[in-house]
Amino acid sequence: MDLLEYQGKQLFARHGLRVSSGKAVTTVEDARKAAEEVGYPVVVKAQVLIGGRGKAGGVKLAADAEETAMHAGNILGMDIHGHTVNTLWIEHASDIATEYYASVLLDRSAKKPLVMFSVEGGVDIEQVAEESPEKLIRHHVDPLEGLSREEAREIARRGGVDPDVVEGVADALVALYEVWKAEDATLAEINPLIVTPEREVKALDAKVSLDANALYRHPENQSLADGENEDPIERRAKEEGVQYVKLDGDIGILGNGAGLVMSTLDVVAQAGGSPANFLDAGGGSDAEKIKQAVELILANDAVKAVLFNIFGGITRGDEVAKGLIAAFDEIRPSVPFVVRLDGTNDVEGRRLLQEAALPNVHAAQTMNDAAELVVALAAGQKGAEVHV
Amino acid sequence: MSILVDERTRLAVAGITGREGSFHTLNDRRYGTNVVGGVTPGKGGQDVEGIPVFDSWAEAMAEAQPNTAMIFVPPRFAADSILEAAAAGVALVIAITEGIPAHDELRVYNMLRRDHPGTRLIGPNCPGILSPGKANVGIIPASFFKEGNVGVVSRSGTLTYQIGNEIARAGFGCSTIVGIGGDPVPGSSFVDVLELFEADEQTELVVLSGEIGGSAEEEAADYIAEHMSKPVVAYIAGFTAPAGKQMGHAGAIVSGSAGTAAAKAQALEARGVRVGRTPTEAAEIAVEVLGGASVPAP
Repeated sequence: MDLLEYQGKQLFARHGLRVSSGKAVTTVEDARKAAEEVGYPVVVKAQVLIGGRGKAGGVKLAADAEETAMHAGNILGMDIHGHTVNTLWIEHASDIATEYYASVLLDRSAKKPLVMFSVEGGVDIEQVAEESPEKLIRHHVDPLEGLSREEAREIARRGGVDPDVVEGVADALVALYEVWKAEDATLAEINPLIVTPEREVKALDAKVSLDANALYRHPENQSLADGENEDPIERRAKEEGVQYVKLDGDIGILGNGAGLVMSTLDVVAQAGGSPANFLDAGGGSDAEKIKQAVELILANDAVKAVLFNIFGGITRGDEVAKGLIAAFDEIRPSVPFVVRLDGTNDVEGRRLLQEAALPNVHAAQTMNDAAELVVALAAGQKGAEVHV
Repeated sequence: MSILVDERTRLAVAGITGREGSFHTLNDRRYGTNVVGGVTPGKGGQDVEGIPVFDSWAEAMAEAQPNTAMIFVPPRFAADSILEAAAAGVALVIAITEGIPAHDELRVYNMLRRDHPGTRLIGPNCPGILSPGKANVGIIPASFFKEGNVGVVSRSGTLTYQIGNEIARAGFGCSTIVGIGGDPVPGSSFVDVLELFEADEQTELVVLSGEIGGSAEEEAADYIAEHMSKPVVAYIAGFTAPAGKQMGHAGAIVSGSAGTAAAKAQALEARGVRVGRTPTEAAEIAVEVLGGASVPAP
């Protein structure tokens, strides 16, 4: 679960990391009021979950009320690489002497938290890692011990920070680790971490991802993330507890098990089609859940055909068939369906479907056959003459 | 032989009194797995169709001497149950539970290494382990598999059934099927399981089924090139997954440019591992390497 900059900064402040005072607003009028409160000059910053805001014109300096209103008006509603700007963060502008980079993330390979630090801040860190890896300090932390002040100082020294800010940088690193740990983050990143002319160390940006599986112990974080830019079908799926990811294509996909669904998307793409979604109906899906899933898939207007790919383990083929029959009774879909049922109770499931003789529902024997058939149907190359 | 679970398995189950826990425990027992107990705090002294329930892992160990634990408790209790089983001296812990916070998994992984190096964890968020004809611990539908010489290790449950079933239709069986789970910090990686298959006499070929996210497949590629004498055939899911989107499994996510299916397939192929483009093709390659006919149409 990725957080907007201002939400990340709120978490930073909660754990003693220095950030500039600011306010999140959604209108030009409120932007002006916020600027008065935090004091000019201010920075007007687009709040979107995508990099490259500055280059896209989503971050502007304003010296007075007039400039604030102008920039706020321009940036609100702006499209930044497909993300609409609905919220602005108005923050008191900082003087910058130096820009560093700092992050804490979960290193899946080492199975330890990884602290990364560089004096080359304010630029793309993947580029630093590639072009001058010696300037990127990587330090694994024992998660059972945490990051000690001494370790943090050592990271700052190894990174080559100005001697007078070793303590300030160490403070920031310890606080950033605390954010990562206490908030169940998978990533907590500051780019840039700045040093002001007064030699104060401050987070000028914030990129935080939280673990959705841990939200039950952080009720105060439940409402975070960019709800405005969230896809409405994805939001509805989340509320219904269905694993759904919207994609760009026109073939709706339902399968059971994350791996099988990912594989189904690939096989459809290899057959020349373009999947409209990922939907994992999960283990042990009953008829009601299947109906709910069909509704979600068809909520996307782009869908021209739907593929059910079920390999029953805990999921039973007869339950899937019943769910599909119930869904057809209520929804009466206008697009063709291809159904491949294998595994537990597959024979019974196929028999139920055959008896129901649902209009425009085609059976396929294998995953590959099913993919080819659904691609042809979506392209309008086959119609009612396709035999079951 | 076979690996991890067999006729010597003495299984105890945390969460045996829950709906899912009891259903799958009894299923495993029907398959022939020796189930010696269950653990549910506060329900000690009860039984589930004759299987004694204990209040704690320590008590289960004292009374029933399990050597294998299956964890079926809800996510918020799972980490402690795994550690408790390890502290009681259970050598193999198989965690089925899905949805455990990543930080808990990190703590469990590092605590096991530090304090309980004798305990191996498989999962969490996995379907368990099946050694056909010997024992089933978890939720893998055993009827699709028969005994044989193919080892299977996978991050996904249903994909394992898909591939395993195609191999079975071609007349081959499996030594052991191991689901290592779809979470970011699994207790055991591909490499850990490959090492066991390499040493197992029954296993002649290994099918590895990976997916996007992390670098476990790349690490497996290096391990195979350097340490494996047995052929490995791979399949990778998620070529069409967009970056930054979690595809069902907590661990199935492409972060920036890291963890793509293309990079994984490439790493494996560069190390001489054949990678099937579809599950069917992976099964066909496995059958071909084993010297059998190609998979007949069902």
